[in-house]
Amino acid sequence: MSLKLSDLTNHAGEWLRGSGPMSEIVISSRIRLARNVGGSPFLSRATRNQRQHLETKIRDIILSAQIAPQMLYVDLDSAPEIDRTLLVERHLISKPHAAAEGARGVAIGEDETVSIMVNEEDHLRIQVLRSGLQLEEAWEQINQIDDRLESKLDWAFHPRFGYLTACPTNVGTGIRVSVMLHLPALKLTGEIEKVFRAAKDMRLAVRGLYGEGTEATGDFYQISNQTTLGKSEEEIISDFKHQVIPKIIDYEHHARRTLLNDRTVALDDKVCRALGILRSARLLASEETLFLLSHLRMGVNLGRVKDIDLRTLNELFLLTQPAHLQKIQGKKLEGDLRRAARADYIRQRLNAN
Amino acid sequence: MKCDNCNKQATVHLTEIKNGKKIEKHLCEQCAAQSEGLPQAAVKGHTPINELLTNFVMAHAGLQKEMGTTCDQCKITWAEFRQHGLFGCEKDYDIFEKDLSPLLQRAHEGATHHTGKVPTRGGATGAAARPKKKMVDVGRLRKELQRAVETEDYEKAAKIRDQIRLAEEG
Repeated sequence: MSLKLSDLTNHAGEWLRGSGPMSEIVISSRIRLARNVGGSPFLSRATRNQRQHLETKIRDIILSAQIAPQMLYVDLDSAPEIDRTLLVERHLISKPHAAAEGARGVAIGEDETVSIMVNEEDHLRIQVLRSGLQLEEAWEQINQIDDRLESKLDWAFHPRFGYLTACPTNVGTGIRVSVMLHLPALKLTGEIEKVFRAAKDMRLAVRGLYGEGTEATGDFYQISNQTTLGKSEEEIISDFKHQVIPKIIDYEHHARRTLLNDRTVALDDKVCRALGILRSARLLASEETLFLLSHLRMGVNLGRVKDIDLRTLNELFLLTQPAHLQKIQGKKLEGDLRRAARADYIRQRLNAN
Repeated sequence: MKCDNCNKQATVHLTEIKNGKKIEKHLCEQCAAQSEGLPQAAVKGHTPINELLTNFVMAHAGLQKEMGTTCDQCKITWAEFRQHGLFGCEKDYDIFEKDLSPLLQRAHEGATHHTGKVPTRGGATGAAARPKKKMVDVGRLRKELQRAVETEDYEKAAKIRDQIRLAEEG
């Protein structure tokens, strides 16, 4: 039986299970590798035919490379907009990939830890996404996938510059390591600047929930490397694991303890208000929902709310996003209709919990 | 106007202020050249403007030529790359290597060479893994050797030379 996109809709992928190490603060660990097929033009200079030919060739190789027990391939050129948005919400494709034109697609492993974008900015963008802090596991997994693909495809590689990418900001290892962090306490205590400073010192970028060019909605921050040349993959990962991330986790723990010890009432007020609104509201906008769920998640993590489990909460983060909501309801919803459906769905899930 | 010294046409006109007194001099080119204490630029009279123009035109033509380097494979120019930040094919990394290097150093904390994973099949050229790996190392050693020679650290240079020799034999 082949995998269908609709099989993904009703649950969250592995990375949102909230089970990985440090999962009270680290939502997910993501590694992506940019690769191009040697001897073919990069995509900005490829003709329609070359682009089509590349897509077909790469798709066939991915699907025969035994990367995951089951793989789903979505042809994005013909996929409806709502499906493309759904894939963005699940972090399986990038926003530019969803919005682009021409032959392109994505291959997705059945547990959604692996996704391979075909004909994005580079011919291939391989991604591994895992819950919590699992950078070494993610590297091991993606390194093997790269080996498998490399046994069937000649990568564009240069003795001096390493893996060649369309944009020289990715050249060398072609690696981008991103860790998604939930930092509500640092935000509440007004110390989030510390994170930006720590990241800047290490030449790392801080971004929002959906990567490049997005805001840090719901207190979620993505930290990622910018340097790809002159450092090995292991060095880059080790910097994250041993330097940057522990530091930020420390800051957030400290801020949470301060809230818990010195500002208990203020903390409970934030958490209980969030819960009250989520359990009673009749119209909820998506951004407001993210912030409310963020405060509730902090309350659950700090033991201030006992009757809601983290898994339900993590699923709500995903399933209340516009495309997911409409898929679950089975119809197109706009404006107040969508906000009403969101509020209904959240009430039902939280009151059943 | 005639030259102050001879009857030829004066082409160099100088105004000097000496002890608060204004002295005007009008000389022909030859007399000016022999006259002491005159600034050379002034002596050369009308030539600088020609030279200036020529230099300007030459420099401009050179610049145009430099900007016009086009990849024979994907037809991209450096200016086009700068506009969009994307290369058209893998060959561009070689063609624009000189212009690209400072950009890469700025973007990658001063790095100039890849030091990570190397494809076992040797990438696009299809070369075997070993030679490819060696190319990376020897390439870097050569750079180091050059630096050692430039800083006149000959002891270090000799060591690196031996390393290169070893790598190339092995």
